[in-house]
Amino acid sequence: MHILDFNKLSLRDINKTLQGSDKNDFFSIRNPKGSHALAVGINKKIAVKVVGSVGYYCAGMNKFSDIKVEGSAGPGLGENMMSGNIHVTGDVSQYAGASGHGGSILVDGNASSRCGISMKGVDIIVKGNVGHMSAFMAQRGNLVIFGDAGHALGDSIYEANIYVAGEVASLGTDCIEKKMTKKHLSNLENILSNANVSDYNPDTFRRFGSARSLYNFKVDNAKIY
Amino acid sequence: MKKKSITEPRTSHTFDAYTNSEIRRAAETGIYDIRGGGSKRNLPNFDDLLFLGASISRYPLEGYREACNTKVILGDRFSSNPLNLEIPITIAGMSFGALSAQAKEALGRGASLVGTSTTTGDGGMTKEERGHSKQLVYQLLPSRYGMNPDDLRKADAIEIVVGQGAKPGGGGMLLGQKINDRVAEMRTLPKGIDQRSPCRHPDWTGPDDMEIKILELREITGWKVPIFVKVAGSRPYYDVALAAKSGADVVVVDGMQGGTAATQEVFIENVGIPTLACVRPAVRALQELGLHRKVQLIVSGGIRNGADVAKALALGADAVSIGSAALIALGDNDPRYQKDYEKLGTTAGSFDDWHEGLDPAGITTQDKKLAKRLDPKLGGRRLANYLNVMTMEAQTIARACGKNDLRNLEPEDLCALTVESAAMAGVPLAGTNWIPGT
Repeated sequence: MHILDFNKLSLRDINKTLQGSDKNDFFSIRNPKGSHALAVGINKKIAVKVVGSVGYYCAGMNKFSDIKVEGSAGPGLGENMMSGNIHVTGDVSQYAGASGHGGSILVDGNASSRCGISMKGVDIIVKGNVGHMSAFMAQRGNLVIFGDAGHALGDSIYEANIYVAGEVASLGTDCIEKKMTKKHLSNLENILSNANVSDYNPDTFRRFGSARSLYNFKVDNAKIY
Repeated sequence: MKKKSITEPRTSHTFDAYTNSEIRRAAETGIYDIRGGGSKRNLPNFDDLLFLGASISRYPLEGYREACNTKVILGDRFSSNPLNLEIPITIAGMSFGALSAQAKEALGRGASLVGTSTTTGDGGMTKEERGHSKQLVYQLLPSRYGMNPDDLRKADAIEIVVGQGAKPGGGGMLLGQKINDRVAEMRTLPKGIDQRSPCRHPDWTGPDDMEIKILELREITGWKVPIFVKVAGSRPYYDVALAAKSGADVVVVDGMQGGTAATQEVFIENVGIPTLACVRPAVRALQELGLHRKVQLIVSGGIRNGADVAKALALGADAVSIGSAALIALGDNDPRYQKDYEKLGTTAGSFDDWHEGLDPAGITTQDKKLAKRLDPKLGGRRLANYLNVMTMEAQTIARACGKNDLRNLEPEDLCALTVESAAMAGVPLAGTNWIPGT
């Protein structure tokens, strides 16, 4: 295990080390002090443990890597990630997993607004609640919410799936509740299994997705455009 | 029998023929008009400015013998590998999806022949444009369609798109006719849907966030490539100042003549300000921050010839960018397709239904048969010729003003033909010392 300490190294030094590391390396980052853009652009299967909270865009645009934040994360956690895993033990701010193409994000706490905005294939699991406009314009992937969801969930959603165990304050435009089929239940179980989450009751989850009524312009939809 | 009127039939300026036809179209379809291109209004523009040229009080350079530099470096504020362009004319962002793969290849070939850059668009980077563009700017757009860190690292520069002159505050459109399998896959969308891009970035709002976003992009790319920020021409003084403050290496300001693949006609014609009105406030913002020439300014929107290039540079820009003009060079709206245009209910020169994917010139289409009409090699040659002509035209003017570098042109070399253009450009009305507003 390599220790990278913000008290001794700059952000550039740390990111450069992570980006240039060898496959299967393991790093522990100490004293992150809420730093922005930490552990971004990693393109290798390495493991990184951040001891403390981080700022904006932690683990943004990563591939293959496993990032664990023992603390909370600021806005844009794992934005546009392509693959790999992120686990945050605390809460996360706005836009977690924004535009993520693949991989998975596990949040033990709550996620703020616009969680999973424009997601394009990433799986996001939030053990707590999510804020308003989550999964806005979500294109592909899965957002699993153990707690409650804020207003306008799944507004203008495309082909992503949303699973919610708690209450939904309101659904956004063109987002509807859908039948939890065997296929979707199996999908949910796979997502949670891949993230090593086992303490749940699948029967408590409801599924939401696109009504697909806004996919093409229709005069009769003019009021909601 | 009713007596014939002796007066001529009088048409209304308010309800002119186009307006009436648009009212009828709206009544029939129930949806706003969508089209491509930029503003078609008769706006104050660079034609309203004239160069004064040298005589006794100013000394000209020999037009065909003395050198006039056209090279420009873009993005050397923070990046270790700035763009080194042979000419100060770049190719603006246009997406694969909006354009055919052949058109993207032609743009790359043409730009590379003359040593300038091309730019991706919504939907990501294609192998055609990376393969044929020696210097490629990769756009980070609100939709993040096709956004990929591998492509980001292949780019020679990154352009964060905040806005576009054709639609300040609006997102792009790509209607179902053009969302074929390849485009759909690149954008992670179902085939055939009407894709309406968001107008805001998903993971930041405001200049303070953008500064952190720029930091992230620099950390991902090792501080090697320049970061551009593109803003629509609306409040250029404030937007350019904020972009520069946020850490941009280059700021692109796109006026309302700048084209789009598709958006609402009402948007194109009624939101934003003319390119001419953007330049001086943008330059002033950089000057006041002590960053003029340190943060380079690219101006776009309706640039057509070397005179436009020279005028934009004289007002303080470091380079210009062209989109619509480049497409015309490739063959867009060419009279040789007049019959095809007529079948679409339009004419060569008026065709702007780029979103429908039926472009007879094979440029704004994903139809394989139509796209084959454009030979990328020939198109690239045509674009290179056009860019060379523009550059030589700009050099001709610069030498006549006694300048051995295009960027040595200055507002003092200009006068204006109208009060409006004098005020917008901050140069005197021709034959006077009067600059309105000062």
